[in-house]
Amino acid sequence: MAKKLNIKDKYRLLTRDLDWEFSYVDRKDAFPFEEFEGIKITDWSKWEDPFRLTMDSYWKYQAEKEKKLYAIFDAFSQNNGHLNVSDPRYVNALKLFLTGVSPLEYQAYQGFAHVGRQFGGVGARVACQMQAIDELRHVQTQIHAMSHYNKFFDGFQDYSHMHDRVWYLSVPKSFFNDARAAGPFEFMVAIGFSFEYVLTNLLFVPFMSGAAHNGDMATVTFGFSAQSDEARHMTLGLEVIKFLLEQHEDNVPIVQKWIDKWFWRGTRLLTIVAMMMDYMLPNKVMSWKEAWEVYFEEAGGSLFKDLARYGIKMPKYAETIEKEKEHVSHQAWWIFYTHGHAAGFHTWIPSDEELDWLSEKYPDTFDKYYRPRWELAKEMEAKGERFYTKALPQLCTTCQIPMGFTEMDDPTQVCYRDSVYKGDRYHFCSDGCKDIFDDEPEKYVQSWLPVHQIFQGNCGGPDVENVLSDFYRMNLGEDNMDMKGSPDEKRWKQWKGVA
Amino acid sequence: MTIEIKTATLEPVRNTYAHIERRFGDKPATRYQEATYDVQSEKYFHYRPLWQPEKELNDPSRTAIKMKDWYDFKDPRQFYYGAYVQQRAKMQEVAENNYAFFEKRNLMACLPDGMEAKIIKYLIPLRHLEQGANLNNMYACSYGYGTAITQACLYNGMDRLGIAQYLSRIGLIIDGNTGDSLAEAKQAWMNDAIWQGIRAAVEKMIITEDWFEVLVAQDVVLDCLMHELFYVQFDQWLQDNGAQDIGMLTEFMQVWAKDNNRWIDATLKIAAAESTENKALLETWVSDWKQVISEALSPLAAEMLGSDALALAESALDKRLMKAGLFK
Repeated sequence: MAKKLNIKDKYRLLTRDLDWEFSYVDRKDAFPFEEFEGIKITDWSKWEDPFRLTMDSYWKYQAEKEKKLYAIFDAFSQNNGHLNVSDPRYVNALKLFLTGVSPLEYQAYQGFAHVGRQFGGVGARVACQMQAIDELRHVQTQIHAMSHYNKFFDGFQDYSHMHDRVWYLSVPKSFFNDARAAGPFEFMVAIGFSFEYVLTNLLFVPFMSGAAHNGDMATVTFGFSAQSDEARHMTLGLEVIKFLLEQHEDNVPIVQKWIDKWFWRGTRLLTIVAMMMDYMLPNKVMSWKEAWEVYFEEAGGSLFKDLARYGIKMPKYAETIEKEKEHVSHQAWWIFYTHGHAAGFHTWIPSDEELDWLSEKYPDTFDKYYRPRWELAKEMEAKGERFYTKALPQLCTTCQIPMGFTEMDDPTQVCYRDSVYKGDRYHFCSDGCKDIFDDEPEKYVQSWLPVHQIFQGNCGGPDVENVLSDFYRMNLGEDNMDMKGSPDEKRWKQWKGVA
Repeated sequence: MTIEIKTATLEPVRNTYAHIERRFGDKPATRYQEATYDVQSEKYFHYRPLWQPEKELNDPSRTAIKMKDWYDFKDPRQFYYGAYVQQRAKMQEVAENNYAFFEKRNLMACLPDGMEAKIIKYLIPLRHLEQGANLNNMYACSYGYGTAITQACLYNGMDRLGIAQYLSRIGLIIDGNTGDSLAEAKQAWMNDAIWQGIRAAVEKMIITEDWFEVLVAQDVVLDCLMHELFYVQFDQWLQDNGAQDIGMLTEFMQVWAKDNNRWIDATLKIAAAESTENKALLETWVSDWKQVISEALSPLAAEMLGSDALALAESALDKRLMKAGLFK
């Protein structure tokens, strides 16, 4: 009888042992990017495989998941599943997802493929390759899940073209460009750890829970199907951080700097989720503030306690963000509401019930600072003067969000920071974004800031309308403007037989 | 007889995504089309990569091959993720049954004397070569341009890891899970003179810069010659010498090669047909690597199969190159 192999030994023989020491070329030429970031890897063999999945099992499990998922997609479209969503406004959250988030899955595929080739350790490499192919799965299944919505609603149709150009989509795009442009270890701390491990419950989960609460069977089924992939990605993210910290003490300050940076970059990116949860979901899951408290303050807090033994501290500006949870969703939806003519999805004033819900969830801030704005917007709308701003916003050079965030200790004062680099002045929305720029100005002076580009004439024109219709390829009057009176709304009423 | 279930029919506003419509017209699209075309970001990148500041993040100039449209590289198998894993899951199910049957009937014990040693020496070291192929296809995937070709390279890269694992399992069946045969095969790969040529060629390929050249060297030249030598001729030799049951353990690789060749042959043909410059470049790469790899494989082929083996494999390669429109 052959002896039984335990999973660890089996995985070692089937994966780790495939590698060999090069004799005929310099190993550094094969893995050239391992040193320039200053990270010291003394022994790749100390890498603990976060999951031990051989390819035969991978094909088998994933194929079973895909088969079920596509059966649901087929049933969904055969039965016009889009008619079961809670309210047509919900679909705008999906538009934001397909144009803003799915292309990030694609960039994650590219980024993990890159490190899945470039890491010298076979264990880390193979784990990254599996994440690469999972991420490709996610972008493709999302495209397929949204395919049916695209047939019945406006704003999905040019998601890829829009992602490369549209002003607010440069926020998520530049986030991932930043991570991919970094070295392989920073990429792993940025995406594998900060994004996939620390923040995934605040991005992936809210969208999928939103789908569950709003009758969107296609998206929520994707969510369930991707759950076990996400769990694998989280274990990889955690292994990366532990491995880097255990390899060499000199790695600790570098990793800390990256955690500080990517935590801040990540929370800025999550602004869109905050606004989605508080304003775009007709059936609410929980408020952004509640989500932040559960998934970051509690879960993240215990994680950082765990990492303290390596000398890792809570990310810089965690206290600022604790204050921001009271404000960002309101400030962000206001930006989109007032720029609703330039957005690729519909915006609206929250209903009275929703305003009450926000008052209840944000007792310290909503009535004091934000409700009066919506009351004013309602009055103006009632007079036929729905407000759209004529101006293009100034963007933060780092996160690229319009400079609409306030000082967190004084929500009536917009926050402005700036730095001068080589004679030019750059503007920031926060101390966090300014710090990131000051640390790597050569990188961030390259930012392709959509508003600057429009003013420089690089996006067509001469009017904003031309930029929107010709350069962004928005169908004006269909994709943009208020939900009220939109073709989406008219069609919905027709389908439902209401006036 | 047909029965008809009455459903509510809603007229869609559009049939597919706008970029798919621009390419293929206003009609329902396939899942492959929607999952593939124009998904990769094309323009307005924010920062140059620190690890390669002379290039954009997605940059077609990482190879000397030039294409007007990188989405010309349609995969004849139309593999997007879902189609890919489901196809491979079917293959692995067959392989699993084969391996289980082989072990249950203890077919290794039925091999003629000395056969195990030959398998360890000639077949099992290929697990390292497959590992090199994994690296090379991941390289093409990560430096390549456009979803059409890069996703196919990723699938190939993962396949090679799978094949390396199947080869390793053959070793584990031989040594009763001690891993001794894998260690012995690795020794051969590292030190045995007949393997050093090909190991050197694989290492050289791994540090080659142009990703399309890597694809040509690995997936066209080396894969074809290797397949002919090991999975055609050596397979025949095993059959002729009472070890035909090993075929149950290499069936996956046989079926895989047929499937994969459909894609790589189409890819080569499309690149060559694009321009005379591409064709000339491909011919140079093929000739250079054919020389390097043939020389490298020559002592191995001669010892394993005899002096005609390599020439036979080369003629199979030449036929495929002709079909792809090269050297005409």
